[in-house]
Amino acid sequence: MTVHITPRRTYYLVFAVLMILTATTTGVAFIDMGPFNVVVALFIASIKAVLVVLFFMHVLHVTNLTKVFVAAGIVWLAILIALTLNDYLTRGWDPISRPF
Amino acid sequence: MSPIVTELPKIHYLNAAYGLKSWLLTTDHKRIAILYLITVTLYFFLGGFFALLVRLELMTPASDLLRPETYNRMFTMHGIVMIFFFLIPAIPAIIGNFVIPMMLGARDLAFPRLNLLSWYLFMAGGLFTLYVVVIGGVDTGWTFYVPYSSVYSNSYVVATGLGVFITGFSSILTGLNFVVTTHTMRAPGLTWGRLPLFMWSLYATSLVQILGTPVLAIAVALVGIERIWRVGIFDPSLGGDPILYQHLFWFYSHPAVYIMVLPAFGVVSELVQTFSRKRIFGYKFVAGASIGIAVYGFLVWGHHMFTTRQSVYAGLIFSFLSYFIAVPSGIKVFNWTATLYKGSVSYQTPMLYTFGFIGLFTIGGLTGLFLAAMGLDLHVHDTYFVVAHFHYIMVGGTVMAYLGAIHYYWPKMTGRLYPDAWGRFAALLVFVGFNLTFFPQFLAGYLGMPRRYAAYPEEFHLLNVMSTAGASVLAVGYLVPLIYLLWSLRHAPLAGPNPWGARGLEWQTPSPPPTFNFEKTPIVTDETYEYSLEEEEVV
Amino acid sequence: MSTRWRRRKLSESTNALAHQFDDLEQQARSNTLGMWAFLATEVLFFGGLFTAYVVYRHAFPEAFAVGSKHMDVVAGTVNTAVLIASSLMMALAVQSAQLGLRRPLIMFLLLTMTLGAVFLGIKAWEYHHKYVENLVPGVNFVWEGPLRNQVQMLFLLYFIMTGTHALHMVIGICLLTYLVLGARRGRFSREYFFPVEIIGLYWHFVDLVWIFLFPLLYLIGLHL
Repeated sequence: MTVHITPRRTYYLVFAVLMILTATTTGVAFIDMGPFNVVVALFIASIKAVLVVLFFMHVLHVTNLTKVFVAAGIVWLAILIALTLNDYLTRGWDPISRPF
Repeated sequence: MSPIVTELPKIHYLNAAYGLKSWLLTTDHKRIAILYLITVTLYFFLGGFFALLVRLELMTPASDLLRPETYNRMFTMHGIVMIFFFLIPAIPAIIGNFVIPMMLGARDLAFPRLNLLSWYLFMAGGLFTLYVVVIGGVDTGWTFYVPYSSVYSNSYVVATGLGVFITGFSSILTGLNFVVTTHTMRAPGLTWGRLPLFMWSLYATSLVQILGTPVLAIAVALVGIERIWRVGIFDPSLGGDPILYQHLFWFYSHPAVYIMVLPAFGVVSELVQTFSRKRIFGYKFVAGASIGIAVYGFLVWGHHMFTTRQSVYAGLIFSFLSYFIAVPSGIKVFNWTATLYKGSVSYQTPMLYTFGFIGLFTIGGLTGLFLAAMGLDLHVHDTYFVVAHFHYIMVGGTVMAYLGAIHYYWPKMTGRLYPDAWGRFAALLVFVGFNLTFFPQFLAGYLGMPRRYAAYPEEFHLLNVMSTAGASVLAVGYLVPLIYLLWSLRHAPLAGPNPWGARGLEWQTPSPPPTFNFEKTPIVTDETYEYSLEEEEVV
Repeated sequence: MSTRWRRRKLSESTNALAHQFDDLEQQARSNTLGMWAFLATEVLFFGGLFTAYVVYRHAFPEAFAVGSKHMDVVAGTVNTAVLIASSLMMALAVQSAQLGLRRPLIMFLLLTMTLGAVFLGIKAWEYHHKYVENLVPGVNFVWEGPLRNQVQMLFLLYFIMTGTHALHMVIGICLLTYLVLGARRGRFSREYFFPVEIIGLYWHFVDLVWIFLFPLLYLIGLHL
């Protein structure tokens, strides 16, 4: 088996980008974009997460099976949140169940 | 059948080392399976004891044997003990632990020490629960619904929750171990398409354990936090929504029922082939159906919440999705039946339990479809119809498959043959007792008898008397195997490596097997279940 | 010390090989899969809390925004940077282990732990601050303005989510201590470094959780 050694330069670069994104997300939070504030915040957080996962956690270079394991956790969380929201977002639609 | 065996192997996993320390610090998966066997059996009879008290109380319409407050604790403890300390661990932690490395041609699981930790976590969680039993019990129902459990109940909710939380990690670690083992420890030549169906089922079960149990853990933890600090995550008077708890709880607890039944499916797949001496009909479909059930089972939890303030539209979607889960289960039942067709069927004890499973699980599963219909569920929710439905699957299904598996693997685990005549007698008692206990409950529930009540209207009296009578027969049916299985350890004839003439790597080891299972890692060249081979080529 | 992108072979070193495995490669694959399976469980464990957050934020948008303004953005941002820096140290520690470099491994592990401790220190300061301001639900929560229960929900989720996160960090620091002790005894080599790698994965995961916690708890109401 071979082990992929990520060069230090890559780690430093990823770290720099993460720092910039952190400063950005805090800075942007002061600007009023209405409902898009949360979208932008989550978008930036997702980019940071992807960088940590791919580079710090080496997922860019692991086997496909490992990538499936990584994806499974995320997909299952999405199922939990989506089907739960399916309830809460549709509560006001009929006269019987009042919105929460 | 194999020739008469006159002596046990000289050294095997049971006598390889002596002393309490060699058992309590073992990393041998077979010894860990035996540790689970002993403790899970104790919990089974404890849960059965609570059931006995419930059925005794329900023999008469009035709440005369137990006060309602006590009765509430009895059915709650019955549910908690049976679900978390019997149904969920039984087949995976006992049969799975024992058999999986051998089925894969491996020396042990991927993480033997983690396996031992799983048992210790099971024991720790179990001891918390026993402590609760002794000091007065919990009365919230096994579902711990808020705000009763977090605000109003006067029973030991936090201690019980802690027990369930800890045991959940036992389940997670076992599932993790099985998944990794299946991926990385298969013998050369053992491709996924050659895996025994029991492996597919346990793999699917393990997926559910890994992905579902953590959400139960957080749900129970939040109830504990709410109770201890008197805060309002789920408390309506403090802005919370009790239904959020139910979403988190049932996200796990619906897939949990598949944790309880998928291993049983795996057992039935094995037994049906061995005892009809025929390869399963539609291997790929049965394997695929197992994974399908595990995945799909996560999409339907809202059908437990039709009568709550969950949005009607969400209910519609959950109802619609819930119908389709019957498809992979149905595929399995059809494939097992097709395997029997033109097979050479023999009627030893494991096969009797298998027949019992196929019939009773089908009834239980079909009544699930009744419950998936939101309109009908509004009438039968929280009645004995639901109670009968899940007992048909859990007891008529899983417990029967578990007993079948115990009898099937008993010769491998102990090197001894149990007396099959007694086995068949007990299986008959279990079947008769089971139906007499639970069929009347369908009727009572449909006629409106609610569950979790110590007292009920006079019109349900006869049905309840029948049910309690059945429960006593069932209890005898469960005690009889305890006796003859223990008897067989000393007095029964020796089994030899393969008393059933079954296919599979686990039957190529001596009975009982040595600590490291195989002298050399086997190389697999045949497809599974090649029952067309000559008898002589087997052993 | 510069390292170039290159591939190395793992040789069979029998003293690190566990008895159930045939070779170190199988052991490495199993360990990695095992840790990712565990991290999947952690995703869902925290995920339950995130679900509660999503539900209540959707229900109480104004209250959450108002309450969030009481979070210390500077502390939160600094903590985010500290935690990401600790992740960098951890990545460099894993790399040192892969290369069999004992002293750098120990140094980077200690740096990771130090930054983790700094994070926890700032967190403790924040918690104390909230306690002083009477914003701890279940303990001393006082809110003069409207929507008291709804605002309390935000603070409740804040304490539960960051508290669970902090607990995971404490566990992480204990695991790192275990690694440092092992490294000092010369347990790790170019052939056998898996514990460092998988504990590294755990540490990065804890960082990931914070990357989402930070905007969701601290940055809601700043634009108002």
